[in-house]
Amino acid sequence: MRDIGPLDFSVAAGECVCLSGASGAGKSLLLRALADMEPHLGRVWLDGVTCEDIAATQWRRNVALLTAESAWWHDRVGEHFSRVDESLLAELGFEKQVMSAEVHSLSTGERQRLALLRLLAGRPRVLLLDEPTASLDPLNTERVEHLLTRYREEQEAGVLWVSHDPLQVRRVAHRHWRLADGRLYEEILST
Amino acid sequence: MNIISLDAWDLSLAAMLVLVLAGLSFRLQLGASKHLLVAALRTAVQLTLIGLVLKFLFANVHLAWMLAMATIMLLVAGREVMVRQQRRFSGPWGYGLGTISMFVSSFSVTLVALLVMVKAEPWYTPQYAIPLLGMVLGNAMNGVALGLDRLTQGAWQQRRAVEAQLLLGFAWHEAIAATRMEAMRAGMMPIINAMTAAGVVSLPGMMTGQILAGAPPVEAVKYQILIMFLIAACTGFGTLMAVWLGSRHLFDERQRLRLDRLQETR
Repeated sequence: MRDIGPLDFSVAAGECVCLSGASGAGKSLLLRALADMEPHLGRVWLDGVTCEDIAATQWRRNVALLTAESAWWHDRVGEHFSRVDESLLAELGFEKQVMSAEVHSLSTGERQRLALLRLLAGRPRVLLLDEPTASLDPLNTERVEHLLTRYREEQEAGVLWVSHDPLQVRRVAHRHWRLADGRLYEEILST
Repeated sequence: MNIISLDAWDLSLAAMLVLVLAGLSFRLQLGASKHLLVAALRTAVQLTLIGLVLKFLFANVHLAWMLAMATIMLLVAGREVMVRQQRRFSGPWGYGLGTISMFVSSFSVTLVALLVMVKAEPWYTPQYAIPLLGMVLGNAMNGVALGLDRLTQGAWQQRRAVEAQLLLGFAWHEAIAATRMEAMRAGMMPIINAMTAAGVVSLPGMMTGQILAGAPPVEAVKYQILIMFLIAACTGFGTLMAVWLGSRHLFDERQRLRLDRLQETR
């Protein structure tokens, strides 16, 4: 088991916190622990209720993690979606026919954007985003940032966003933390 | 019964065939001659020993001896299931999972067969009990080993897809369902194939043996059908139990995929 922390922090509803730090600092591990995918000794609360008091499936629907690489288990895109919001599809630059496309025919970036839509379809309360725009071009990066900001504002969602791009941090974050040596350091946001 | 007894000369002739094959294989540098000779020697030694053990058991019909024999067979089968796994559960689960599944399925199926269908007197008469248990256990062993191997390998290879489903709020049994189905199919396939081909492509060994021993073919066939059904039931229940328990143990109480519970062998 790896050792990070002890860390003590909170993300408010409707707030976006960016997290950066060198590779291997434990950012992904921290996000996995928050989504309760990794055994850990810490305690996590959502609206004052501890993680252990909420069924694991319910917790992950509320505290949703978008992994750096998307994973798919059916042949076609549409089979992974319980419901499709066509306006969101259009907002990320997709036609609705993409739902009948085969997953392996799509590029990494397309899969990454579709994975984000798949996650948002569950209407999570908290978003844990592990480099959500890492494989995207500038246009699609802007689309994703725009969509996420709108989702956060409309749904009052808390967002913890791992990003290595200082310009992106400046665009989306209310606060910025750096994870190093198992500790969180608050960075000053220059606006 | 009119059995034609084999003498040492008959067996030596058959052994000669194997020796000739080994010699030819050595001459052509095909490399299998050593394995062939070792395996042939093991067959001769192991079967002679079990012949002596069976002779002893037939002469001393006692429940305790039967249970001792059955226990040894089960423990050996459990070890065999364990060593056939490429990724097995670490700790006591590695040995216990397959063994307990085979114990429950093969012992209960054999018990039902002995008490309800064969009705020998006493019910544990070794002449019936040991061959029945042996056939049922041997097939359950194959099914459980194949099923568990496919389950743990599948979970390892599909770990990202399994975790992606957990992350979307699916329950553990939904996330592992496809892998579990494949594992069940892998475990059940050999016996389903055997039942499909029985009598058309292959004459099953037990029936052949009875016919060679002079039993009327229709009687032998009835026994063979009984055995096939027992084997199918036992293999199915054993594989089902092992795959279900195994898939449950791949996840913890918070429904996290725990691949750290597996260890790689070989």
